[in-house]
Amino acid sequence: MSHCEPIHRPAPVASSASGLRRVSLVLALIAIICLFFADLETYSANPWNELARMGAGLIAPNFWSSQVIISAVLNTLAFALQGIALAAIAGFLLALVYRLFWVRAFCAFIRAIHELFWALIFIQLFGLSPLTGLLAIAIPYAGTLAKIYGELFEETDPEPRNNLTTTKSLSTFFYTTLPLAWKPLTQYTSYRFECAIRSSIVLGFVGLPTLGFHLETALSEGQYSDAAALLYTLLALIATIRWWLKKSLLPIYLLAAIIYLPPTAIFHWSTFTQFFTVDIIPAPLRGAEVSLLGNSAAASWGVQSAELCDWFMSLWSQQILPGICNTLILSQIALVVTGLIALLCFPLNSVLFFKPLQRYCGDGLLIIGRTIPEYLLAFIALLLVGPSMLPAIAALGIHNGAIIAHLLGRFSDDISLRDDACHGINRYFYEVLPRLYRQFLAFLLYRWEVIMRETAILGMLGIGTLGFYIDSAFEEFRFDRAMLLILCAALLNIGADFLARQLRKQLHLKTTPETL
Amino acid sequence: MRLLTVYTALLVSLSLSLHTQAETFTFTAIPDQDESRLQERFGKVADYLQEQLNVEVKYIPVKSYAAAVTAFRNNQVQLAWFGGLSGVQARELTEGSEAIAQGYEDQFFTSYFIAHSSTGLSKPGAFPSEIRGKTFTFGSKGSTSGRLMPEFYIREYLGQAPEDAFKRVGFSGDHSRTIALVQSGVFEVGAVNYKVWEKELASGTIDLNEVSVIWSTPQYPDYQWTIRGDVDTRWGEGFKNKVQQALINITDPDLLAAFPRQSFVATTNDDYAPIKSTAIAIGLIDE
Repeated sequence: MSHCEPIHRPAPVASSASGLRRVSLVLALIAIICLFFADLETYSANPWNELARMGAGLIAPNFWSSQVIISAVLNTLAFALQGIALAAIAGFLLALVYRLFWVRAFCAFIRAIHELFWALIFIQLFGLSPLTGLLAIAIPYAGTLAKIYGELFEETDPEPRNNLTTTKSLSTFFYTTLPLAWKPLTQYTSYRFECAIRSSIVLGFVGLPTLGFHLETALSEGQYSDAAALLYTLLALIATIRWWLKKSLLPIYLLAAIIYLPPTAIFHWSTFTQFFTVDIIPAPLRGAEVSLLGNSAAASWGVQSAELCDWFMSLWSQQILPGICNTLILSQIALVVTGLIALLCFPLNSVLFFKPLQRYCGDGLLIIGRTIPEYLLAFIALLLVGPSMLPAIAALGIHNGAIIAHLLGRFSDDISLRDDACHGINRYFYEVLPRLYRQFLAFLLYRWEVIMRETAILGMLGIGTLGFYIDSAFEEFRFDRAMLLILCAALLNIGADFLARQLRKQLHLKTTPETL
Repeated sequence: MRLLTVYTALLVSLSLSLHTQAETFTFTAIPDQDESRLQERFGKVADYLQEQLNVEVKYIPVKSYAAAVTAFRNNQVQLAWFGGLSGVQARELTEGSEAIAQGYEDQFFTSYFIAHSSTGLSKPGAFPSEIRGKTFTFGSKGSTSGRLMPEFYIREYLGQAPEDAFKRVGFSGDHSRTIALVQSGVFEVGAVNYKVWEKELASGTIDLNEVSVIWSTPQYPDYQWTIRGDVDTRWGEGFKNKVQQALINITDPDLLAAFPRQSFVATTNDDYAPIKSTAIAIGLIDE
């Protein structure tokens, strides 16, 4: 902090209420301004028709039409298990040196690129192979796990460490830091495993043989009974994790996953070198070596840098700038909608508002919202209202709002109210909300980066965010453009992450990683 | 150390996979319409080719036009049923590859512009300039009949890029979806492969009170089978010709109806020069 405060003063919790208010208001204001620039039209002449057909499908799921469900489930799990295992090992190693600036920067960079973008890149190198799916999950997850593990190691109680006489840092680490951090570390890793299953499902949308592959087919062909069967399978798979994911069984699962789906690839050196030495080089610079050999090297370099400038400027004005604007507009609106949904829905999972049975149902709803990946939710909403920003906002709001609501509900259980505390709406506004708001904002700011990441990716469904242009670049085999656009998306995420961290620090908001 | 073990395991399995996949002749197709139908269609073709070529033949489904081209380029598949544009792109990216057979109808293919009834448009002879300012959907971003040719004629007749000429431009993903989106009114106008339109019309999924054809483009060459240049070294001298003959010799009405084409005829890369120049003209590929 810039102004030195005496240590004995209480933490500036009370005084920063205005800070919380200010941040909330600024975020809301930005979202309202964004509303004016957002494309929120519904393009479907009759969404109710489609909704009725979807409803009919949900009531009558067809588990028998496709024999592919079992293999799709196994593939989904195999990708997730292998991906998270590799990510945990790599993340752990990176966390050991997380103090180093360039390690932190590297981790921030690899996790800023979405699994789907990694998959699109690896498909170019390894084809539609198991290795592609494995790496697409493992790389960004390694970045996230490294950060969380690193922070956990940093936050362990230094007392045991200081009492040791040895100076061997490795022994110190294994006998003091690691045991202290172990429990939250495993908890967080198992939570990330659930996320990895979702990622694995979404990878099906670009062609890997997971549940998403068949879901995409069934949904886009309007076979909602088949889609419902797949959706129920997905929900069951994730809802039952805590019963089948046992530590003692993990090695067996992992071995089975590797045997069932060996991480092989279609690999040719020529593809590899072609990709790195030609494909991703900006088009105007290709063949530069040849022309540099000529005697008019300086002149040709001048021409080339002018061409490069043109290439960049036209890309900037036609794709990068509109992509970034739309990504920002959509993510800011989605952030506020997420917050509203979370505040509206957390009582569903709170002992302060509902009796146990009602609460189970309420939390069930929240768990469904949280289990279905945003990408899938957006895909479904898009079928109903057409490709505007509306379905994307709804999908992001529902998924992230449900996650935060679930956590807030659990958090509110620890609030003890006086016996004569008021009930109903007064209890909500005067008793619970003020006590909860700080935590709420901490959760929301934590999801900011996630929402930004997902917003970019939703462009692949036809909404004008960065993902739209990235998808187009891959469709046109212009990998130079794709790489530049992915870089922009990554920088945007890093920016959001940085800003959120600064705000959290300034407002003294704390989130423990094992809850998110 | 564990990481090292994992990597070693990766490398070993990687090299193993190269050996095991050497014998199977694999092909794919652009997912231009409802996928379940593609599976049914190309499953039959795989059986037929296996019988004719005496090697194991496998069809692998892909999710996008680009994925089909990438699989071909990476040698994950050696043969593919491409559209005009995806074929050109694949052959540009894969040295030595050749177009060997096209459908009889692909010599003079056409795209239909279709419109929702609420637009009040119906079929005249000339280009319907009234579509300016409406919402418009193409098929896949990499489609010939659903994107390339329609966009070319839109630019020609309206004098503007589609993003500027229309209120909103979408990419439905495939032709079946284009029809569904225009029929349901999500988009007012769309461009669609005429073969898919006729097939869906015959199968009764189209309601002519909701959606109708308002224009058809001039003719152009479209779908073709393209094969990699190195197949002869893997499956023996003359393999490429054997594949070409097998495709041209398809007479089973069941197989042909699935495409639907009346027959397959020989073709060459040069037949697709007009497609390439069109793609260059609208900036889809670089010169």
